[in-house]
Amino acid sequence: MSDKKINAPMVNTGEFFTSGNLAVAEGSLAAGCKFFGGYPITPSSEVAEHMSIKLPQSNGHFVQFEDEIASIASILGASWGGWKSMTATSGPGYSLMLENIGLGIMTETPCVIVNVQRGGPSTGLPTLVGQQDIQQARWGSHGDYEIIALSPNSVQECFDLAVTAFNLAEEYRVPVTILMDETIGHMSEKLVIPEADKIEIVNRKKPTDEAEGHLPYKADDDLIPPMAVAGEGYNVMATGLTHDERGYPALDVNSQEVLLTRLLDKIRKNKDKIIKLEEYMLDDAEFVIISFGISSRAAKGAVNLARKKGLKVGYLRLITIWPFPDEQIAQIASKVKAIFITEINSGQVTREVQRAVEGKSKVHGLFKLGGAIHTPTEIVEEIERRTK
Amino acid sequence: MTEEEIGLIEAEEHPLDGYLRKGRIPHIWCPGCSLGSVMTVIIEAIKESGIEQKNIAVISGIGCTGRTAGYLNFDSFHTTHGRAIPFAIGLGLTDPNRKIIVISGDGDLASIGGNHLIHAARRNANITVICVNNFQYGMTGGQVGPTSYKGQVQTTAPYGNIEEPFNLPELVKSCGATYIARWTALDVRRVKESFVEAINHQGFSFVEVLGACPTTYGRRNQLREGIAILEAFKERSVIEHGIDTEKVAIGKEGPIIVGKFVDIHDKPTLTDNLLSIQRMSTASKDKGA
Repeated sequence: MSDKKINAPMVNTGEFFTSGNLAVAEGSLAAGCKFFGGYPITPSSEVAEHMSIKLPQSNGHFVQFEDEIASIASILGASWGGWKSMTATSGPGYSLMLENIGLGIMTETPCVIVNVQRGGPSTGLPTLVGQQDIQQARWGSHGDYEIIALSPNSVQECFDLAVTAFNLAEEYRVPVTILMDETIGHMSEKLVIPEADKIEIVNRKKPTDEAEGHLPYKADDDLIPPMAVAGEGYNVMATGLTHDERGYPALDVNSQEVLLTRLLDKIRKNKDKIIKLEEYMLDDAEFVIISFGISSRAAKGAVNLARKKGLKVGYLRLITIWPFPDEQIAQIASKVKAIFITEINSGQVTREVQRAVEGKSKVHGLFKLGGAIHTPTEIVEEIERRTK
Repeated sequence: MTEEEIGLIEAEEHPLDGYLRKGRIPHIWCPGCSLGSVMTVIIEAIKESGIEQKNIAVISGIGCTGRTAGYLNFDSFHTTHGRAIPFAIGLGLTDPNRKIIVISGDGDLASIGGNHLIHAARRNANITVICVNNFQYGMTGGQVGPTSYKGQVQTTAPYGNIEEPFNLPELVKSCGATYIARWTALDVRRVKESFVEAINHQGFSFVEVLGACPTTYGRRNQLREGIAILEAFKERSVIEHGIDTEKVAIGKEGPIIVGKFVDIHDKPTLTDNLLSIQRMSTASKDKGA
């Protein structure tokens, strides 16, 4: 069985008026996802519901598990069976998944986790928007690691970034989180699903050497080891323990340093290839709004409004949240008077911007604490107030 | 010291060569522990089952028993604490011909992983679960666990355990397991027969092996040597095939009922049901639904 055949994508080409949750599901199918393990949670459940209809039709499996811990564990298992796999959840479920996201990082298991964010902490605001899991996605599992997280701001982008998320997971052998939010998940817009041959699909690298003497964690020059899966005769071995190139537990200082350095560097050294940003009216900007997800829709509106008022405001949208675009933001900071960040939390991206800016410009966070989105008017008023 | 460093071991051939990972022996288990024998019996059973090595995957959780997968030369996965079963289900569903064997301890499977155990039995997931029950948490130093009997002394039950233990065969039976057996680690021949049956079983098969842990269980409970635990198993165990699992709870004293308790063949597995959903959904898609 070739890897390509197993993960043959299901591309439902056409134009649709649909929600972000359905679009992210369709994008996952188009990327070749064959396994979904999940647990119902508002506001993400439509992703699971849609996958339960579509996956059996593409010779895949949908299983609703007993909880989110089983869900994430199952998709790691399915990935080691050679199937592209995913789950979808919201804050409380994401909290439960974190330990096994760490297992995915340590065992370099490609998979995709959709987190349709709602207001928190705890049960919080199940039916209302939030962007409060940004730092959790970066640091939530214990230990040091690098991770990839993407943030769509439209229904179309839910589809597009689902494909990107699977491609990045396969290329870098790392769990990738799609940080949606309740509004993006539930709002409906136009979605165009291209023809299958217009969608670029990346599959994990396969080993070409003999099974005898194969080293499953020996990386190529790009720091990523080719991935044999179960049933291919390689007797693959995966453990959450610190391990050597054979995959054997190696509980010593040197092995820890060698492994962890590679796990960090395979993301850090490829930041430029991973990071995607959207820029708007930055060239002559004196002030910049940085935003992401649903907040960025209002931010862009604010840029247009401010320009009408003669304020030179530009816009930077983080499509990739992690790894964080430190260099790009530092460059912008050296050219502008102030940076404003709009986000539906108490400053989770703002603190990253402050770190990246290193004092080169003023940094102002405009926060909503959950349940509501900024309006363009209030953003412009705040810019005017702060720049007087 | 690794196997390579001990020239003597390197030079000898062993009947289990090819089934144990080169360079992973000696194992971490204490003298008197049953896990070495259980691992040997697992290999013997796999050889006897006639299934090709590459079509078998072994998955463990965390703990002393949880180390087993890592020694075995199959596709082997050492997962997080309690989560071997859902990992195994996901892996198994990607190929209906793959045999999935979960090997873990009582704390891992029945306490932190208890929810997954009962739901896997309810679904009749097509996996074999081998639970080595040593009545407590060994690796962390002998804390009380979900199978500790009343009065058992452990580091976190210094005055004796006050809680009722799980009767594991009854627990999984009530949830729908379709093959259930229990033996002590002393009954190696019968353990092997049950492992072979369990591996060849279609559906959720569960084999409980009562194991000796002299280090953190025995020495606190007047069973200082591994052999003393096995002798107690020998004296107390009674074979009762097909007995109602309600009657097989284990206490501080009294008989330890062993045998094959359940062997049902006509219940569809999770895999069967999912494959039938695939056929149904494809048919409805073709009709334009």
